[in-house]
Amino acid sequence: MTNPLSSTKILIVAEHDRGHLKLATLAAVCCAQQVCQATGGAFEILVLGEQVADVVSSLAPYGAAVVLKADHSSLLNPVADQYAQVISKVVKDRGATMVAAAASTFSKDVLPRAAALVDAGMLGDVVSVTPDGDDFTFERVMFAGNVIATVKLDGPLKVLTVRSSAFSVPTKVDAASPVIDVSVDSSSQSGLTTFVSREEKPSGRPDATEARIVVSGGRALKNSEDFERLVGGLADKLGAAVGSSRALVDSGITSNTLQIGQTGKVVAPDLYIGLGISGAIQHLAGMKDSKVIVAVNQDSDAPIFEIADYGLVADVYQVVPELIGKLGQK
Amino acid sequence: MKILVPLKRVPDYDTKIRVNAAGSGIETDGVKYSINPFDAIALEEAIRLREGLGDVEIVAVSIGTEECQEQLRAGMAMGADRALLVRHDASLDSLAVAKILAAVYRREQPNLVLMGKQAIDDDANQAGQMLAALLGIGQATFISKLELPKDAKQVVCCRETDAGLETVSVQLPAVITADLRLNEPRYVTALGIMKAKKKPLEEMTTADLGVDATSRTRVLSLRMAPQRKAGVRVKSVDELLQKLREEARVI
Ligand SMILES: Cc1cc2nc3c(=O)[nH]c(=O)nc-3n(C[C@H](O)[C@H](O)[C@H](O)COP(=O)(O)OP(=O)(O)OC[C@H]3O[C@@H](n4cnc5c(N)ncnc54)[C@H](O)[C@@H]3O)c2cc1C
Ligand SMILES: Cc1cc2nc3c(=O)[nH]c(=O)nc-3n(C[C@H](O)[C@H](O)[C@H](O)COP(=O)(O)OP(=O)(O)OC[C@H]3O[C@@H](n4cnc5c(N)ncnc54)[C@H](O)[C@@H]3O)c2cc1C
Repeated sequence: MTNPLSSTKILIVAEHDRGHLKLATLAAVCCAQQVCQATGGAFEILVLGEQVADVVSSLAPYGAAVVLKADHSSLLNPVADQYAQVISKVVKDRGATMVAAAASTFSKDVLPRAAALVDAGMLGDVVSVTPDGDDFTFERVMFAGNVIATVKLDGPLKVLTVRSSAFSVPTKVDAASPVIDVSVDSSSQSGLTTFVSREEKPSGRPDATEARIVVSGGRALKNSEDFERLVGGLADKLGAAVGSSRALVDSGITSNTLQIGQTGKVVAPDLYIGLGISGAIQHLAGMKDSKVIVAVNQDSDAPIFEIADYGLVADVYQVVPELIGKLGQK
Repeated sequence: MKILVPLKRVPDYDTKIRVNAAGSGIETDGVKYSINPFDAIALEEAIRLREGLGDVEIVAVSIGTEECQEQLRAGMAMGADRALLVRHDASLDSLAVAKILAAVYRREQPNLVLMGKQAIDDDANQAGQMLAALLGIGQATFISKLELPKDAKQVVCCRETDAGLETVSVQLPAVITADLRLNEPRYVTALGIMKAKKKPLEEMTTADLGVDATSRTRVLSLRMAPQRKAGVRVKSVDELLQKLREEARVI
């Protein structure tokens, strides 16, 4: 008997940073592979941007039926209304029944807009997709990660973003996916929003969502020099990414890109080290799925100790230099 | 100039959320409700725009049960000029919320919709983007700074993205969604509360607005996310390093 869901056709919207594939996209590919394996359906990957040949080729070995390339100067910057227009057209043209992307600020900006253009419901931060008769059942997190909801999404087209921490790396296949060019009609671009500029502080360190170890600092760090010396110094010793609580972002000590939590990034590294972070639920929402959690805090009642595997009650200004020193020696 | 600010009624951010025994919803007994924090930030920004630009009317709108009046009164105590309550007692998903807000928008014809980037209960982060799409107008999401000179036809926004900060210019009318760093909402004063009692709060239903608010999202059940257990306390840096190397094997 054929699976009632065998006509499932998933469209993955890839994300890249001017030509470098964001690894979180692979979690969406992994999700698509799982669904297709269970249903007999197929998936396609859409790459939008300008000069995206490298991204397209890095996505070729994962068994997508095709990789769709929307390469156009008007797509140089990810402006939501332009991207959403192209995505919604591709969804219709390719007959997609599901659209998926990694849960990121890019997807959260663009995908709901595309979903509304095609009158589809959407689920954000999905952690599992399960075929269920002739439909699917999804799980997603809400209330700052404290509650997991089991939900259905009615309608012929379902749009979702997936949490990369809930999916692993996709398997590679021998044959490369064929590439199809998507024509982009720049005259249909609305120009409602104009990209002006971008400000990024290249840190030379890995992104917290892609690193095996994350060292994070909280309000215990008094200024950016101390943050760099202690949190940055420990991260560099471990080849780790740095992260921070909202408190430091608000006080201008760290950049918004480092914020971990309900309204920042969600990370699930092998090791998370929280230095002088109290452990508010909004922060825990972004890191509690880490495999091993270490907390250093001078307050033995700090809530972060309730979830830490290893807790050290101490002053970060004293023990972090010692940690950095001792990591050099075996 | 007219600014529409949606205010969602949500459990206060420092409430400990518990799923009820049936797994059908959250325990509501003893839960304090507030304006969604991001919406309070959006309202604050609207008030600051009015303080800067002069002639601005701020209309707060909430969708839900009669209880949402509480958040609308609080919004008017902060400074909104009047309020609309769209009565809908069943749960709504983001697309349905966006469709209702689109109908309110068509009725009110504001120049700007300032709303929160996400509701801290469902954490969907979709309604604003969907609303902008339905109206065919521009959007700027997750913004931490906004500039709107008098008589300007566009608003310049600084957006918080995963990669840093991005500046975009959006034609008015537009939908703007607020991030936490945009501002710090003011406290409500006793005088504000007194004044709010006299401000108009109009009620309508989704039927009055002619909107089909059927949700696509159906919730089957809820459960608490697995809780981590407290691990061990170590006494020294040496002990910590030994545990990380030999027990956890992560370094
Ligand atoms: C809607 C909403 C969304 C939010 N989203 C996020 C989010 O995404 N991410 C986030 O992080 N926060 C978020 N917050 C803020 C959150 O509620 C907390 O305020 C924040 O996480 C606190 O940061 P902190 O732990 O660094 O600071 P604090 O809570 O001030 O804790 C500092 C800790 O450092 C310890 N300490 C101080 N000095 C030392 C020292 N010398 N050595 C060792 N320990 C020391 C103290 O004992 C204390 O435990 C959000 C809040 C709201 C309302
Ligand atoms: C367990 C569970 C899971 C759910 N999962 C989903 C899901 O994945 N996708 C989905 O679409 N729906 C889902 N729903 C339905 C859920 O009720 C909607 O997400 C919600 O009503 C609308 O989205 P939001 O408030 O989270 O919007 P967001 O997009 O997070 O909110 C952004 C902004 O929209 C405005 N806003 C939203 N609602 C209102 C309101 N009622 N009144 C005034 N302003 C408002 C506010 O300004 C808010 O800051 C779920 C419901 C439950 C109970």
